[in-house]
Amino acid sequence: MTATRRPRRRLGTARAPLALLLPAAVGLAFLVLPLVGLVVRAPWRTLPRQLTAPGALTALRLSLETATLATVVSVALGVPLAWLLARVAFPGRRVVRALITVPLVLPPVVGGVALLLVFGRNGLLGSWLSDAFGVSLPFTTPAVVVAESFVAMPFLVIAVEGALRGADTRYEEAAATLGAGRWTTFRRVTLPLVAPGIAAGAVLCWARALGEFGATITFAGNYPGTTQTMPLAVYLSLEQGDLDSAMVLSLVLLVVSITILASLRDRWISSS
Amino acid sequence: MTVRLIRRGVVGVAVAALLALSACGGSGGDAGSSPSASGGTKVTGKVTVFAAASLTESFTTIGKDFEAAHPGTTVTFSFAGSSALATQINQGAHADVFASAAPKNMRTVTDAGNADGTPTTFVKNQLVIAVPKGNPKHITGLADLTKPGVKVAECAPAVPCGAAAQKALAAAGVKLTPVTLEQDVKSALSKVKLGEVDAALVYRTDARSAESTVDGVEFPESAKAINDYPIVVVKDSTNKATAKAFVSYVLSDKGAAVLTAAGFQAP
Repeated sequence: MTATRRPRRRLGTARAPLALLLPAAVGLAFLVLPLVGLVVRAPWRTLPRQLTAPGALTALRLSLETATLATVVSVALGVPLAWLLARVAFPGRRVVRALITVPLVLPPVVGGVALLLVFGRNGLLGSWLSDAFGVSLPFTTPAVVVAESFVAMPFLVIAVEGALRGADTRYEEAAATLGAGRWTTFRRVTLPLVAPGIAAGAVLCWARALGEFGATITFAGNYPGTTQTMPLAVYLSLEQGDLDSAMVLSLVLLVVSITILASLRDRWISSS
Repeated sequence: MTVRLIRRGVVGVAVAALLALSACGGSGGDAGSSPSASGGTKVTGKVTVFAAASLTESFTTIGKDFEAAHPGTTVTFSFAGSSALATQINQGAHADVFASAAPKNMRTVTDAGNADGTPTTFVKNQLVIAVPKGNPKHITGLADLTKPGVKVAECAPAVPCGAAAQKALAAAGVKLTPVTLEQDVKSALSKVKLGEVDAALVYRTDARSAESTVDGVEFPESAKAINDYPIVVVKDSTNKATAKAFVSYVLSDKGAAVLTAAGFQAP
């Protein structure tokens, strides 16, 4: 960001070949049109009434809270994990890295089933939790956070690991030669160095958690106020034939996502 | 540094988006149904049946019987909550036959002018309390569901089994707070099978279909919430002759025998 301006080659805009321009235009339309459709078809007249309906606000509040908590959990556990992957050469590191990315490519519903089999009342850990502490996770708000963290944390780990690998290790070495322990070095040197990477990862993680559907409905169920997040509310109102409500809820999610993206754009996406 | 980072992230997002797209592709019903099938009078070709989740086992059997009785036909099913199916049909999903678990969801389709003719009621069904085999929580009626420590799954109110559950609970004067409102009866049943809830309000037929792992507890108030199941040919069906033949088969003695064996009542 503080880099001196390099002389840039001027990009010719007039010479774009049609063979590239055409598919590019189609691609753009494909990505943008559905969003335009949502905005055009939204029931603007009944919007205020739909928005202030208690169900919509409850779902929005629950979504924002759980996505934020999932991001906090992901940062607390994901940053150390990323550090381990980037800085410590341990046997099986590649396998661990591959395992971490599995939730990223796994269909979220499968993730939900897997979570049930582990944290469910009869699950591997769940039965122990239930016997020892009387705690049962499924169908509770913490279950939503667990489902969202499971799906979203890999985004953060990958982003932070990338930042750590890109960071100059000489600063850490200098700190070490000056007598700082590894923990102090991590806290005082590494963390500030990769803070922008952590922030970018956290934003991706938050956005993914906000949109989480499959793992949530499978593992946490659906009950207004406790586990019914915005995506679940959208899906169920659509299933019930309440198209207006589904469109309004979708619009709210769209606005929230775009607001986040726009407010962060200048800070982190400064490539051009 | 930050630029590269973002790019990595963007690739991840793109991958995730693609996955999400491909994962969603299957939900809209079978769009590739044969346009080649004649819209004439011959009973042949492919017919797509949208049926309430509670009909899963019996209609699968009836479909096989129908194919055997009419060589050259293929029956494909989309089983889901009746409300979801009604919405899909009104949104233009390709279906030849619609079988709903309640008249209300059928009306969604007929009111939109998407039914061919008048729906016929072919069975009735009523609720039971599905509990894990052996009934570990000793549930004998609706009132037991409100006992502390008893977790109950109910269908969402828009789905027929959820509407029936609300009616039965109101008749019993029981105020129940379930832990989850499931999108169809089979997912409510699954939560009992998995042992995640202690009870679920499902149809008698669903409890019977899972009798190796689930017991069905009958309760008197279910008589106040009996569901009629209507069936109809969809207006935009591209294979009406076969669709009509399938509906006739469901209404025939052979169809009725399969449905009765599954625990449905005659209309």
